[in-house]
Amino acid sequence: MTSAVEMKGISKAFYDVVANDKIDLVVDKAEIHGLLGENGAGKTVLMSILYGLYRPDEGQIFINGKEVKIDSPSAAIKLGVGMVHQHFMLVPSLTVAENIVLGREPTKGKLLLDMKQIMNEVKDFCERSNLDVDLKTPTYTLSVGVQQRVEILKVLYRGADILVLDEPTSVLTPQEAEGLFKAMRALKEQAKTVIFISHKLREVLAICDRITVLRRGKVVGTVQACETDLDELAKMMVGRQVVSTFKKKQVEKKEVVLKVENLKAINDRGLPALKEVTFDVFSFEILGVAGVEGNGQTELAETLTGLRKPAGGKVLLGNVDITRASPAERIGLGISNVPEDRHNRGLILDFSVMENLILGSQDKPEFTTGRARLDFKKASDYTEKLVTDFSIKAPTKDTLVRNMSGGTQQKVIVAREFSRKPKLIIASQPTRGLDVGATEYVRKKLVEMRDQGCAILLISADLDEICALSDRIVVIYEGKIVATKCPEETSEQEIGLLMTGGKHG
Amino acid sequence: MAEEMRQLIPRAKQMLRGFFARIPSELRKIIPQIIAIILAFLVGAIVLQVTGYSPLEAYSALITGAFGDVFGIGQTFTQATPIIFTALAFLFAFKSGLFNIGAEGQLLVGGFAAALVGISFAGLPTLIHVPMALLAGAFTGGLWGFIPAILKIKLGAHEVITTMMLSYVAFYVTGYMVNYPYKAPGWVSQTVPIAPSAELPRILQPTQLSASIFIAVILVVLTYYTLQKTTLGYEVRAIGLNPAAAESGGINIKRGMILALVISGAMAGLGGAGEILGVHRRFIEGFSPGYGWDGLAVALVGGLNPVGVLIAAVLFGALRSGGMVMTRVTRVPLDIVSILQALVILFVAAPMLIKYLLRKGGIKWSSS
Repeated sequence: MTSAVEMKGISKAFYDVVANDKIDLVVDKAEIHGLLGENGAGKTVLMSILYGLYRPDEGQIFINGKEVKIDSPSAAIKLGVGMVHQHFMLVPSLTVAENIVLGREPTKGKLLLDMKQIMNEVKDFCERSNLDVDLKTPTYTLSVGVQQRVEILKVLYRGADILVLDEPTSVLTPQEAEGLFKAMRALKEQAKTVIFISHKLREVLAICDRITVLRRGKVVGTVQACETDLDELAKMMVGRQVVSTFKKKQVEKKEVVLKVENLKAINDRGLPALKEVTFDVFSFEILGVAGVEGNGQTELAETLTGLRKPAGGKVLLGNVDITRASPAERIGLGISNVPEDRHNRGLILDFSVMENLILGSQDKPEFTTGRARLDFKKASDYTEKLVTDFSIKAPTKDTLVRNMSGGTQQKVIVAREFSRKPKLIIASQPTRGLDVGATEYVRKKLVEMRDQGCAILLISADLDEICALSDRIVVIYEGKIVATKCPEETSEQEIGLLMTGGKHG
Repeated sequence: MAEEMRQLIPRAKQMLRGFFARIPSELRKIIPQIIAIILAFLVGAIVLQVTGYSPLEAYSALITGAFGDVFGIGQTFTQATPIIFTALAFLFAFKSGLFNIGAEGQLLVGGFAAALVGISFAGLPTLIHVPMALLAGAFTGGLWGFIPAILKIKLGAHEVITTMMLSYVAFYVTGYMVNYPYKAPGWVSQTVPIAPSAELPRILQPTQLSASIFIAVILVVLTYYTLQKTTLGYEVRAIGLNPAAAESGGINIKRGMILALVISGAMAGLGGAGEILGVHRRFIEGFSPGYGWDGLAVALVGGLNPVGVLIAAVLFGALRSGGMVMTRVTRVPLDIVSILQALVILFVAAPMLIKYLLRKGGIKWSSS
């Protein structure tokens, strides 16, 4: 039997960085093949080569046993290779059917769209693919999971037999991910080949037939999913044992640090985003806020850090009413913030490591001499200390943060925020997009801060993370807290259901 | 022959690369600007040739005119002085992410305020009178920057519109003032001369170069120092690069923007005051041939760097002063100067082109 895809000795370097180093990959027909690796391991580069976005420096590609040159995505599509990217490329105002046929629409006499033909063709097609979507709805009204399905349909409609999915679950809820897996199995039954890129071990293990693990641009090995387990995969991927459970210090005496009462907020579109939210966060506690994104988490974090004015309610830090305090005042009172959008809110990318590390303290006596002068000696000493303490990989203190990896950038934020001796840390999606190593590091630090008595509000769409770290969990749905749970008394399934409004606890 | 040529190219590339490698990294940042200037002069030469003038003659007249003798140098720096102020004004606001394109108006009101103080308090000691008039200029210019800042923060009015419109207001208000209430006797639209005690000394007779150039140079240093070494500068730059992160880092971005525009306006106003007190010694309608607009261009040509601004302003001043000599000696119309200025700006604004040329030459040029 010939394999669907065979890549032989593929190498690709960007300037001095070797992204792919003599990679061999064999994917059988009608196989779900996992491509596992940390960020920067070379998964996406390898698949971009297969999809014609990059040309390899050396190596051969065989599709269905025949050697091919793929120099553009359109060449890849002709060969039956399709790719669904992390970011969807749908036109929001068009219907599902229109999006699917976009670019190769059936027409009447070349000028007019043949809507009837479009509907029939797409309907037929969807039925055959076993992927169910309402064709007439505009795509902007669809949930992320359904939009993704439309993307997959779009690729299949272009005749793809080999489907590359780039980190498809990173945007999905557990239920949606389950739906995606079902669709993937259906595709397999139709003899389609699926290459599934991910860094989530559990998923890869659950859905794939075989798994190829990449590390630093090289293949570590290819294993049968049924013959391996989480620990082995993690070790292959990271190159060492990974901590996935955290031991937390048991503390009896906890005090209320943050008290949120009937907090209301309006989102950017003028609609209520928080509807009378009430909760407390204690010292020595990580309170996890679970929820599908867009249910008020962003507004919650912004209101608590002073970036968004509350529409009602009260926020107390200890005994101090901070409902109307400015961001600077809150920083002064001991609130640290790890924002979800680290490029936009967390960092000034064109500032150096040092300049980013003193952000928020630039007017404090620690870093100034006289009243207005920055003291670069002090700032530089401080930077050196933090770079060592948090093992930030920066060539010099003057390296621009823009030129650092995502994990290192997040470390800069974490170093800055955690070194201020905060009473409360608001951490929003703190490990999003980070590789296993960096994720583990950030989580470990969060637990460390908790054990030192910090109150932590952990807002995350990653249920694994919420369950692994939290002392208590609240579930937010449509701007309301719909449940408060202890991790020992609940399951990911139950939380997942609560997150989608399926059940009220 | 063709074969030889082909062999020459890689050798030339290698030489170029070796040359570029030896340039320190700080200087390497201004390579695009230098290339832009060279390109502008090359294209300008074509224009001259096509229109029937000798580029060589014209350019040599231009350069000797601008730097050939004491008088030329004096004129060059006289012309450069106000542009340094307005370019720094644009630069400072730009660092906070704001486009203050109203330096012209700020310069005019600053100049007028300085003239009023210079006329009014005759008899004061120079050591008090001059600083007072200068401060009045800076203050009024700052006020002219404060208005758009407040409009932006309270009403969301875009500063590009408001600063430009306020320039017109400044132009017509000062124009009215010197045509009616403060008009000196005679047919020229100007005020009476300022008191001698308010005059900034001329430093290179018989040229008009005044001590204002010292203030300009001090301001270059101060601007650099403020931006790089102070908390205010740090905050201003943070706001300019990423206001959202600055805000969540506890920086008061409204306060920062107001300060940046006020300081920017004050710089332009101070420049206007220097012109009045040092060069014209009275407010004359139309004393600025567009220093405010030149400032914008010079800030860009100077790579938005205070020291670069100083160099670029001298270049623009040289074009102005040398251009006049060139016209007199070679009968090349003065318009060629405007063409050269426009070309320099055009090539500076097209960094992609220059990056492309450098890459073709095999030179790695890392820059922002």
